[in-house]
Amino acid sequence: MKNLARPILICTVILLIAVLLGIGVGSISISPQESLSILWQALRGLPLDGEGQSIPSVILLTLRLPRTLLMLLAGAALSGSGCAYQGLFRNPLADPYLIGAASGAGVGAVAAMSLNWPSTTLGYLAVPLASFAGSLLAVFLVFRLARVGRTLPVTNLILAGVAVSSFATALSSFMMVNAGGELRRAFVWMLGGSTMSGWKPVLGMLPYTLVGLGALLALSYKLNILQLGDEQAQQLGIKVSRVRTQIILAATLATAAAVAFSGIIGFVGLIIPHITRRLWGGDMRRMLPLSMLCGGAFLVFADVLARVIMAPQELPVGIITALCGAPFFLFIMRQSKEGSW
Amino acid sequence: MRTAIEKAGYASEPVLRDIRFELPPGRLLAVIGPNGCGKTTLIRAISGVLPNVQGECHINGTDLLRADETARARLLAVVPQSTYIPPAFTVEEVVLMGRTPHLNWLGTLSARDTEIAHEAMRLTDVEGFAGRWCSQLSAGERQRVILARALAQDTPVLMMDEPTSHLDLRYQIEFLEITKTLASQQDKTILIALHDLNLAARFGDTVMAMKDGRVAASGSAAEVLTPEHIQDIYGLPVEVFQSPGKQGTIILPV
Repeated sequence: MKNLARPILICTVILLIAVLLGIGVGSISISPQESLSILWQALRGLPLDGEGQSIPSVILLTLRLPRTLLMLLAGAALSGSGCAYQGLFRNPLADPYLIGAASGAGVGAVAAMSLNWPSTTLGYLAVPLASFAGSLLAVFLVFRLARVGRTLPVTNLILAGVAVSSFATALSSFMMVNAGGELRRAFVWMLGGSTMSGWKPVLGMLPYTLVGLGALLALSYKLNILQLGDEQAQQLGIKVSRVRTQIILAATLATAAAVAFSGIIGFVGLIIPHITRRLWGGDMRRMLPLSMLCGGAFLVFADVLARVIMAPQELPVGIITALCGAPFFLFIMRQSKEGSW
Repeated sequence: MRTAIEKAGYASEPVLRDIRFELPPGRLLAVIGPNGCGKTTLIRAISGVLPNVQGECHINGTDLLRADETARARLLAVVPQSTYIPPAFTVEEVVLMGRTPHLNWLGTLSARDTEIAHEAMRLTDVEGFAGRWCSQLSAGERQRVILARALAQDTPVLMMDEPTSHLDLRYQIEFLEITKTLASQQDKTILIALHDLNLAARFGDTVMAMKDGRVAASGSAAEVLTPEHIQDIYGLPVEVFQSPGKQGTIILPV
């Protein structure tokens, strides 16, 4: 493994800049110094709900900081799981969307929401679990449908993924139309807009993301060996099916958490792993943590843009990720001198 | 190493039947035979990637066919026919993958793991480009990287499936010389499936000829590589010459 410290440092700095932007930009702009001093005060024990504090600190602590952290977690979860899926299926096109994990999570989330729109504590627990179940079901279906004997042909994987995704998306749309009422809110959620504010979604998402991404990091060296193909991995002492199941569970958990709390945000899980691979190589012990950092930063940046472009109106962040992500990815692709992979 | 495979194959029809051989440490067994005779299947059966294998294969008292993946990978390293390496890895990273069966669940590498990997790279002459991406290697370089990975696995038994097929003449000989040296100096047991009969004659301590999933002939090169046997196995008339130089046999299709 080539040196990990430098890229980690670079990505962390980028992430910190993104977070400072995320909490600073908006209807009232808050300078980085002011942000830091507010954060410092909050850390020293002032209450988060901001009774009797200055307006900037209320905005920062009750609105922008949780929102920024939510975006950070979602970006890290989607990029990390995208990275894992690409490694697992040995296919650069595999991402949480292509293989149906995200759309499946969407069905689960919508089903849970239509029963009980997530304003209660129970809702915060039920939605991610339902997402996880939907997501697992979709991945399992895609995997089973695409498999031919003991092999997993790329075209089959893509076709099955697209089919299951479309079906799942149609199912969630149907449920949303049927539910009536809060239609706009549901559509905004679907396009990747955060419809929930405050700390609850962040706290709801945190445990699932930490468990999912932590497990992926622990499995990263085995994921490396799987890149050699099942047979060689087995000859190197890897219990292939067991490791594969563990990775699917971890990646799907992270995806489901992201989808449940921040909606359908495309592109991050596909593009960020490609960028980190091109810049720093395909060793998963490097690629996974770097993808998580970059994915978090990217989504925070995208969210800032989503708030600024048509201010005071907000765009769903999913639109921004695709609008900015695609050209940026193409630019990186053209610039890269390492050849294609 | 003592092997007795009664039946092994894909789905319902067995490809291999009644293959028995014993191979002491430090010896090199060359397995020859036409395409489809079961050489690759034999290696896949012993290395545990075929699901339906009846028989046993003992290395140092452990039955490989009943051992779990990790235990097996500590006893047997395989150099596969395919030279596919995921491109976005460096040579050193790939060679270090050979240490997998010796690592803890997090895959932490010790100084000793790195040392063993570098020794393997020195032996196979790939240390000079340890930091290069595998996408930039020639087929021959990739083959040596895969050999280095198998050596890094540090096992008493090594099996290779057509390891010289992508190498030029010089590297074919060098590759097999390295292998032979490993066998004698480190007391490794080595099985190599080879197409080139001249190489099999030169490097095999024992030669085993296979036909239709069975052992057709087995013994020293001189005993197995006779015109009669080769006619029988390949259906091709050949002449066998003794070269005037020191290194023995030349087999020439008529």
